[in-house]
Amino acid sequence: MSTGNTGIKGNKWLLAATLLVYLFLYIPLLVVMLFSFNDSRLNAEWVGFTLKWYTQLLDNADMLRAALNSLIIASVSALLSGTLGTLAGVAMHRFRQKWLSALVLGPVAMPDILIGVSLLLMFMLFNVTLGATSIILAHVSFSIGFVALAVQSRMSGMDDSLLEAARDLGASPWQSFRLITLPLLLPGIIAGMMMAFTLSIDDFVVTFFTAGVGSNTLPLEIYSMVKIAVTPEVNAVSTLLMLLTLVLITALSRFSPQSLRS
Amino acid sequence: MYLLVFFALPSLMMLFASFRYPGDYGGLAPWYFLEDGKVTIELTLENWQRLFESSIYLSLLLKSVGFALLTTAICALMAYPLALTIARSPKKHRDLLLLLVILPFWSNFLVRIYAWMIIFSPQGGLTQVINQLGALLGLEPLNLMFSSTAVITCLVYVHLPFMVLPLYANLEKHDRALLDAAQDLGASRAQRFWLITWPLSLPGLYAGAVLVFIPSLGIFAIPDLLGGTNGIMIGNVIKQQFVEARDWPFGSVLSLVLTAITLLLVLMAGRLGRTPGVLK
Repeated sequence: MSTGNTGIKGNKWLLAATLLVYLFLYIPLLVVMLFSFNDSRLNAEWVGFTLKWYTQLLDNADMLRAALNSLIIASVSALLSGTLGTLAGVAMHRFRQKWLSALVLGPVAMPDILIGVSLLLMFMLFNVTLGATSIILAHVSFSIGFVALAVQSRMSGMDDSLLEAARDLGASPWQSFRLITLPLLLPGIIAGMMMAFTLSIDDFVVTFFTAGVGSNTLPLEIYSMVKIAVTPEVNAVSTLLMLLTLVLITALSRFSPQSLRS
Repeated sequence: MYLLVFFALPSLMMLFASFRYPGDYGGLAPWYFLEDGKVTIELTLENWQRLFESSIYLSLLLKSVGFALLTTAICALMAYPLALTIARSPKKHRDLLLLLVILPFWSNFLVRIYAWMIIFSPQGGLTQVINQLGALLGLEPLNLMFSSTAVITCLVYVHLPFMVLPLYANLEKHDRALLDAAQDLGASRAQRFWLITWPLSLPGLYAGAVLVFIPSLGIFAIPDLLGGTNGIMIGNVIKQQFVEARDWPFGSVLSLVLTAITLLLVLMAGRLGRTPGVLK
């Protein structure tokens, strides 16, 4: 680890290396944003400022439909994985079984392509027509783990005596769940659902395998555009997407800063 | 009553367990026989034979493992100073510095690949500068687009945060008193690093390595868009078998091999005692 070693010899080197890595992280994205305002077909040199790629985008019916698809799919899968993930998280907390957490967290650790391919096989086996439904089911299956994690971490910080007190005071199990457990878990659930939303809107690989005709999502649309040619229109969509994610992340960090890190 | 409610939960769990188990792990096996229809099992073996008969797939698999290893090593080399700086900076700055690492990671995956397509494109600034420098030295102009270099650079770019985060989580917990004690006992800076910080940080490094290695092994979008014909990886072939060639049994064979490698790695990482970190 030569970099680390020289870094220890002088903190200046360490700082310089850090700075370089940060530049490496940000320059590519800045290039994309910059060229989205460039008045030239080629993403090569700066010609002049323009907004025409953004206006062109608004006229692109395929792109708009894909964006709408993405939003619908992400919302539905956030809701579904929010519900199922909460149940999974509660169950993981109650019954500390190894296989249970392995089952829920497995998809989190698997490479995307394997999830995509195996889901495709399963959908074919059960004769599920590929389309929005299959995409949603696929997204839910990899989002559940994230929601469950958020809920579980919230649960382990919960005071069990509250539930016991509620029972002593005559609350039914449903009442104590609804009035105590659920409100306490809510920040975790919301954070998990937002995570599921972002994952879904961002996902390319799993969607690629489970999408059918006419159910293009935004990443798929970008992929097919990029595959053909590099155009500033793609820069414009990308910039908009980055802004959207930024807004979502800011909202997410309001609810639970820790969940950003996992 | 109480039990009843929470009895409902595990059964619900089982319900989507039954939904996801075939989906994520076992889905290949039953399909396998259906795909081959009424034919005997020997036909099934043929797909496996194909894997071993032709050296193309095995060498491609090896190449992918090589790419993923190189990516992991470069990520480690870049992430280490970064994680160390963050871990040693004042507490109030840490969250911001970490957020700056994660932020690009939240922009769309394709957008991040696309950014490198611009940078590596023949008209792009980077290629121009390199070629002008090369011309001064009398070198042939080189094309970075559609090369292994492009693929690995992008792989590193996409996976860097996975290395930084576990490393940081580990480095942050180190007890400064250890370093102070070593200094009092006369250890030099380098000694303090190699004898204290480095061995203590190994679990974080392993966790990061697994988190980088697994996804970069299976990736297909990056080589697809940046690799051309030289840079293809095992993920591309899997995708090709499923989408273009429609040879699902053989695609399944390749996927199973990839799954096996992944599981093996996860188990190995678990052996190193960091399973929870790995799963996160």
